[in-house]
Amino acid sequence: MSVTDTETISARTPTPRPSRLFRNKSAKIASIPMVFTALVVFIGCTIWTIYHSFTRSRLLPAPEKWVGLENYERLWSENRWLISIENLAIYGACSLVLSLCIGFVLAALLDRKIRFENTIRTIILYPFALSFVVTGLAWQWILNPSLGLQNVVRNWGWESFTFDPLNNPEIVIFGILIAGIWQGSGFVMVLLLAGMRGIDEDIWKASRVEGIPAWKTYIFIVIPMMRPVFITALVIISAGIIKVYDLVVAQTSGGPGIASEVPAKYVIEKMFQAQNLGLGFAASTMMLLSVLVVLIPWAYLEFGGKKNG
Amino acid sequence: MKLTTKLLSATAICAASSAAAVDLEVTHWWTSGGEAAAVSKFAEAFNATEHTWVDGAIAGSGGTARPIIISRILGGDPMGATQLNHGRQAEELIEAGLLLDLTDVAEAEGWKDIVNPPSLLDACTVDGRIYCAPVNIHSWQWIWLSHQAYADAGIDVPSNWDEFVASAPALEAAGKIPLAMGQQPWQSSGAFGVMAVAIAGPDAWAAVNNDKNAEVAAGPEYAAVFEAAANARAFAANSNVQDWNQATNLVITGQAGGQIMGDWAQGEFQVAGQVAGEDYTCLPGLGVNEIISTGGDAFYFPVQDDADVEAAQKELAALLLSPQVQVDFNLAKGSLPIRGDVDLMAANDCMKKGLEILAAGNILKDGSQSLTPDTTSQIEDLMVEFWNDPSITAEDAQSRYAAIIAEAD
Amino acid sequence: MADISAAVGGAQASADTLSGPRGPRPKRAFSSTNIIIYGTLLVVCLYYILPLYVMIVTSLKGMPEVRMGNIFAPPVEVTFEPWVKAWSEACTGINCEGLSRGFSNSVWILVPSVIISIAIASVNGYALANWRFKGSEVFFTILIFGAFIPYQVMIYPIVILLRESGDGITNVLRFFYEDAPRVRLMGSLSGLVIVHTIFGMPILTLLFRNYFTSVPEELFKAARVDGAGFWGIYLKIMLPMSLPIFVVAMILQVTGIWNDFLFGVIYTKPETYPMTVQLNNIVNSVQGIKEYNVNMAATLLTGLVPLVIYFASGKLFVRGIAAGAVKG
Repeated sequence: MSVTDTETISARTPTPRPSRLFRNKSAKIASIPMVFTALVVFIGCTIWTIYHSFTRSRLLPAPEKWVGLENYERLWSENRWLISIENLAIYGACSLVLSLCIGFVLAALLDRKIRFENTIRTIILYPFALSFVVTGLAWQWILNPSLGLQNVVRNWGWESFTFDPLNNPEIVIFGILIAGIWQGSGFVMVLLLAGMRGIDEDIWKASRVEGIPAWKTYIFIVIPMMRPVFITALVIISAGIIKVYDLVVAQTSGGPGIASEVPAKYVIEKMFQAQNLGLGFAASTMMLLSVLVVLIPWAYLEFGGKKNG
Repeated sequence: MKLTTKLLSATAICAASSAAAVDLEVTHWWTSGGEAAAVSKFAEAFNATEHTWVDGAIAGSGGTARPIIISRILGGDPMGATQLNHGRQAEELIEAGLLLDLTDVAEAEGWKDIVNPPSLLDACTVDGRIYCAPVNIHSWQWIWLSHQAYADAGIDVPSNWDEFVASAPALEAAGKIPLAMGQQPWQSSGAFGVMAVAIAGPDAWAAVNNDKNAEVAAGPEYAAVFEAAANARAFAANSNVQDWNQATNLVITGQAGGQIMGDWAQGEFQVAGQVAGEDYTCLPGLGVNEIISTGGDAFYFPVQDDADVEAAQKELAALLLSPQVQVDFNLAKGSLPIRGDVDLMAANDCMKKGLEILAAGNILKDGSQSLTPDTTSQIEDLMVEFWNDPSITAEDAQSRYAAIIAEAD
Repeated sequence: MADISAAVGGAQASADTLSGPRGPRPKRAFSSTNIIIYGTLLVVCLYYILPLYVMIVTSLKGMPEVRMGNIFAPPVEVTFEPWVKAWSEACTGINCEGLSRGFSNSVWILVPSVIISIAIASVNGYALANWRFKGSEVFFTILIFGAFIPYQVMIYPIVILLRESGDGITNVLRFFYEDAPRVRLMGSLSGLVIVHTIFGMPILTLLFRNYFTSVPEELFKAARVDGAGFWGIYLKIMLPMSLPIFVVAMILQVTGIWNDFLFGVIYTKPETYPMTVQLNNIVNSVQGIKEYNVNMAATLLTGLVPLVIYFASGKLFVRGIAAGAVKG
């Protein structure tokens, strides 16, 4: 965001009136739901969760049973948690990079005055309307070795064809990734396409006059100009990644074994099935921490950028 | 107009009604064919009174249902009655005063005298008060064998675990999966428990599960169990189904030789029209130690601030244990009745075997009565990993198992 | 925060610029570039369309055909039985009413949730964009942070929050009228509407704030001079010109709320279970063999509402995104 923008906004704010508290009264009243959500729900619940992660809460919250870091020690000694973290890292990195790349390439293709643009865009976007539960089921079915893709290719005559990601612990997370990308990349494409459409046509004219090849224009001119859009997309994708839960439950239930477990699933199962709230809260706190690790550099970059800009 | 009524009723404004007939919502996770048939026996019996059974089935096993049940109770919007397993799961809810005290019903109905084995009622008892109504006895210690699979492989149906192990290569040669196994953690853990009773023996099993003796868990008896489980893991390598009843279905259709599963599997054979002894064989205690553990299902009744509802809850509690309901329900579910004084002439071969073992007193306390859900879930995590990852050796798994037992409280 | 917010602006501008693609103009109809482009798009479309195709075909087959055949083959014998079964006959426990039980519940959850969450978020976004007050940015930052909190983390505290606020409201009511009925938020439709409003707030507020920021300030100033206040400007000036962003917000909320399973299952009870919960029940209640055709039909039926909305409003959605979420 540029300085001029900030100025226009502050210029818009009405000039101070005698009473500070009652200035802007309607706006403040109208903001009560937001303030309530921010303070009571988000901050309040976060603090409540963090506090209880230091207690030995089992089925019910037990604020009086303080145990310090016990839950955290146990958490990090559990193989299942470590696998969950590793899976989230692989899934997160791949899905971030792939969604952005696929989204960008598709947006660039659609931006070339092609025919049937509306149809193609709708086809690519529709999975976003489906829930993860539906997505998971559909792909579980397609990837099922005895009924789905593998079987079909074998029936075509390629007898040795093997594609069974959901039953192979080594690659099961990529089986989930296929479904995740399918569901989410259309939305990324629409965002990036909208961003591309916002770029001035003169830039293309200029680069054509200069004789710069199209791919170079994209990488060196278009992408840097689309930075804000990329950031929006990045934020939306990463918010989705950390929450991945339904997809895994629907597609593999964390299996085979514990090979496709993810942190959100660990949290909910420890809280309710193992009846160990303290441990579940400790795991949630670690997830929150990882969110901060993503958000703080981003906020820093943004606010830093503002000063320079 | 319709909108307002809908919204009003939806905000659940509880006006005290004078009518005694109550709609009682009952949550449970019995959704497989046999289970649904069984639960409808309860519903029919309850609907025959002036009250109504509102069915709150939640599919996807206890794991999906439990968060919902617990949040509802904690959130002050409890259901009328809910299924929960026996044992330590409900401890804290009872301590917090959220579950209805059924002691007066139990005394009026004489539960102390009729419930057999008494350990089932003990599991419902906290500080001398009774908080749940046990409805059946489930035992894990069974292996179900498909006659068709063995006929196809041209060999006899095994009569114990060792013969089963010996028969595995022949089954594999015939293109069968020797051991059907679902992927859910509780199945892996349960199958291991069954093998432990059969191979390490009931005493070692009790030392580990009831007394939490980590030395026994790390000792030679259990080493043999882990070896056997590592072998069995190879037999189940091609069994890629998720749910237990899909695994049972592999046995029913003759695609798999056998499945280690609790007696609830029987309901599935029944729904498929199969006859014990003709189409399938069941071996209690894997044919080695004929003994059964006595876990089971129980219903709990969350406290409600309405006298009519409470009366209906108590009526349901009494009804669940009444002789005819016990017979109907357990015949459909394939489990054993919790009272010894009912006539189960209609029972099939497998149930009769179970009843005999029960009558002879060859019973074990179920693990869930002495292990916390936390420990149980740690064991489940370990077992599902072990059963699905051939790179984990029996020794590794055993040392991790012993560490969990040592930590158990 | 700045970029995402600034990112969003330029409603007018983007709406205009959206009129045509901006990429380099392809020259001939059958150039090699074109073949590559259309070829790639064809493969991509296959990947995206495949699961939907498989679901539709499977849902029209009988069970024997499903087990024998190729999942990509069209049905030899078309049957609508799976659809009928999924809608009105599939069993969970002892209820054999299929999905139909959940449909009206889903509608009753959806309509108030969408209206209330959008109304609140649009006013918030408007206040944040045009009527900043001290601390408003801080609250906004916290709100955005909230978009990242995994829902699972919030389930438990919200259960307690709903219980306590239900009791609180009851106490207040009883203070005035002694025999006021007990208000329960937990397990009721209103509780679920509150939960959806809370969790829809971060992203919706962000969208509206960014959109309203881009409204030319002359309009705003002129209205102030004419003596219009907070609500006057909102109703007379902002609302009439923000159709695109309302469409985006509506689509996002309709799909999000319709597809929600977690909140639906935890904060309601059997009489008010939404369709997704029924879907889960049908798909996970395996009685004997898995009836894939019924599962697929149930899945499609559940996804129908958001799908129809997408197909019907595809162009408006993209335009709205351009107006509200992205600015060049």
